[in-house]
Amino acid sequence: MNANENIYGLMAEFSDNEKILVAAKSAYEHGFRKMDAFTPFPVEGLSQNLGQKKSFVPLIVLIAGIFGGLGGYFMEWYANVVSYPMNVGGRPLNSWPMFIPITFELTILSAALAAIIGMLALNKLPEPHHPVFDAPDFDRASTDRFFLCIEATDPKFDLEATRKFLETLNPELISEVAK
Amino acid sequence: MSEFVQSPAIARDEPVNAISPLGYPSQLIAPGESFESVTEEIGSIVLQPGARQPKSWWFGALVAFALLMLFFFAISYLLYRGVGIWGINIPVAWGFAIVNFVWWIGIGHAGTFISAILLLLHQKWRTSINRLTEAMTLFAVACAGTFPLLHLGRPWVFFWLFPYPDTMGLWPQFRSPLVWDVFAVSTYFIVSLIFWYAGLIPDVATLRDRAPSRVKKIIFGILALGWRGSAKHWQNHQSAYLLLAGLATPLVLSVHSVVSLDFAVAMVPGWHSTIFPPYFVAGAIYSGFAMVLNIVIPIRKLYGLENLITERHLNNMAVVMLATGMMVAYGYIMEAFMSWYSGDIFEQYMMANRAFGPYGWIFWALMLMNVLIPQLLWVRRVRTHPLALFFVALVINAGMWVERFVIVVVSLHRDFTPSAWGMYRPTFWDWATLFGSVGLFLTLMILFVRFLPMIAISETRKIVAERREGKLS
Repeated sequence: MNANENIYGLMAEFSDNEKILVAAKSAYEHGFRKMDAFTPFPVEGLSQNLGQKKSFVPLIVLIAGIFGGLGGYFMEWYANVVSYPMNVGGRPLNSWPMFIPITFELTILSAALAAIIGMLALNKLPEPHHPVFDAPDFDRASTDRFFLCIEATDPKFDLEATRKFLETLNPELISEVAK
Repeated sequence: MSEFVQSPAIARDEPVNAISPLGYPSQLIAPGESFESVTEEIGSIVLQPGARQPKSWWFGALVAFALLMLFFFAISYLLYRGVGIWGINIPVAWGFAIVNFVWWIGIGHAGTFISAILLLLHQKWRTSINRLTEAMTLFAVACAGTFPLLHLGRPWVFFWLFPYPDTMGLWPQFRSPLVWDVFAVSTYFIVSLIFWYAGLIPDVATLRDRAPSRVKKIIFGILALGWRGSAKHWQNHQSAYLLLAGLATPLVLSVHSVVSLDFAVAMVPGWHSTIFPPYFVAGAIYSGFAMVLNIVIPIRKLYGLENLITERHLNNMAVVMLATGMMVAYGYIMEAFMSWYSGDIFEQYMMANRAFGPYGWIFWALMLMNVLIPQLLWVRRVRTHPLALFFVALVINAGMWVERFVIVVVSLHRDFTPSAWGMYRPTFWDWATLFGSVGLFLTLMILFVRFLPMIAISETRKIVAERREGKLS
């Protein structure tokens, strides 16, 4: 693996979404784990085929939503019951039905903020530069080409053997990605 | 794996008029479109403006900008003189400002309806129009937001509406629907913005990769945040996008419900009614779709996007308008019935005054614009004829504005005690603020179509892929 020190990985380019699905599956079956695919639109089943774990976004959103709702209600209760109580015709101070709309809005607001911030954080964005951007043709990854990159840090990575394996998948192009 | 022969020769000029078995237009996207062609069609509008921007863009920009200047002028004079320059008085303290607020916020409902609810319902036809309508939502809510602030009288202390530990030791009264409004509208704006931007990230990444000049590459590069379309990125993105749709769905229904509670919680005859929340939401989606059509029809024509925004889209939007229009008509009928059935003399007087009082002609104009003319949408040729549909939508937009005038002004001008009756006459400044806000909206819209991709490119590519696999017609 020492020979691969200057290499980020090997990149294979495919021309449609069906081919990348098959390629990802065979790479996983071949034993590769440290790899990623790059596609111009979400290809269903691709991250399962690559053996990626489920997204953590839903959990983050759930937690943020619960805290947003509780926090919103607490804010209303503190303001209108504890800090500045106002007696309106002897009605109860903690008039919970009237506090529901804002509790609801703040639940949604916190959950939505958590969804976008969580998504960006899990994707480690913003990240202005990444080695794959230097791969030849990679600007087409956002238009009409589908890429599979096997990273040099994968224990099974070997420049020649991996290149041979990728050739069996019939890609349009195979290229080395520099670090 | 299905075999697809990519043949650019097929039918880029072929008319888009496939018909479903029931006789409706059924094409989501023109035949022969590929990943590259949809990307080029949408992206080049932004990247090669010389070639793709129609000359009429400048005309539109001129009109919009002139109206925007009128808006700034009206606001400046308002800040100088105060709300007395408007026609508002006692008893009609809520004049055009609130009418315009409710109208704009209603228009802002179609965007999230199309983006979120239709996404959850797997309505694929939303793809070609969701970006445009989300932008429309943002701009309409921005217009809406200005009116309650200007109506405050002292807009520079607007932040008193928000809860923060201030030196006066005061808090907002959280039991008031007017405070709910602040939270509902600002949450709606922020969530719509997040939703819009989340969808935009992959598309600005496309523009970054295709940008012809370094400056554009840098600007789109910053907006794209380093998006590289990795499977991991997409997985988190799709998960977040779906959740945002799920969150926005109850939100969009709640916003106009809360707005309606501003009225329904008050005791004024004509406002105090339990039908208001659903009736307002239906009206909001009704006017929102009308505004979408008023924007999409000219854009589709001027930018030559008939391959992506097909007759099917027009037909579907017209059908949604017809359905929500019928709900609104039901609301009108129920309001009249309940005021009679209640046996309450104030309610009965309100209805008689609404139809035959000094503002009676406005009520009948409303019936014509919102109930009678939209019945044309039962005719299929009207639903698929862009010009006819454009005019029906324009009438509905005007009709929905008139509806809010009837609710706000006509209900207030005669309430319980005849000694407190009055009349409301809009001044030049009322009209200037209304048309000025249209200028703000059009200016934002016209800048949007010039500088950002107006159709979701990555989602359209997905439609292309699904059609290749035979999952779509």
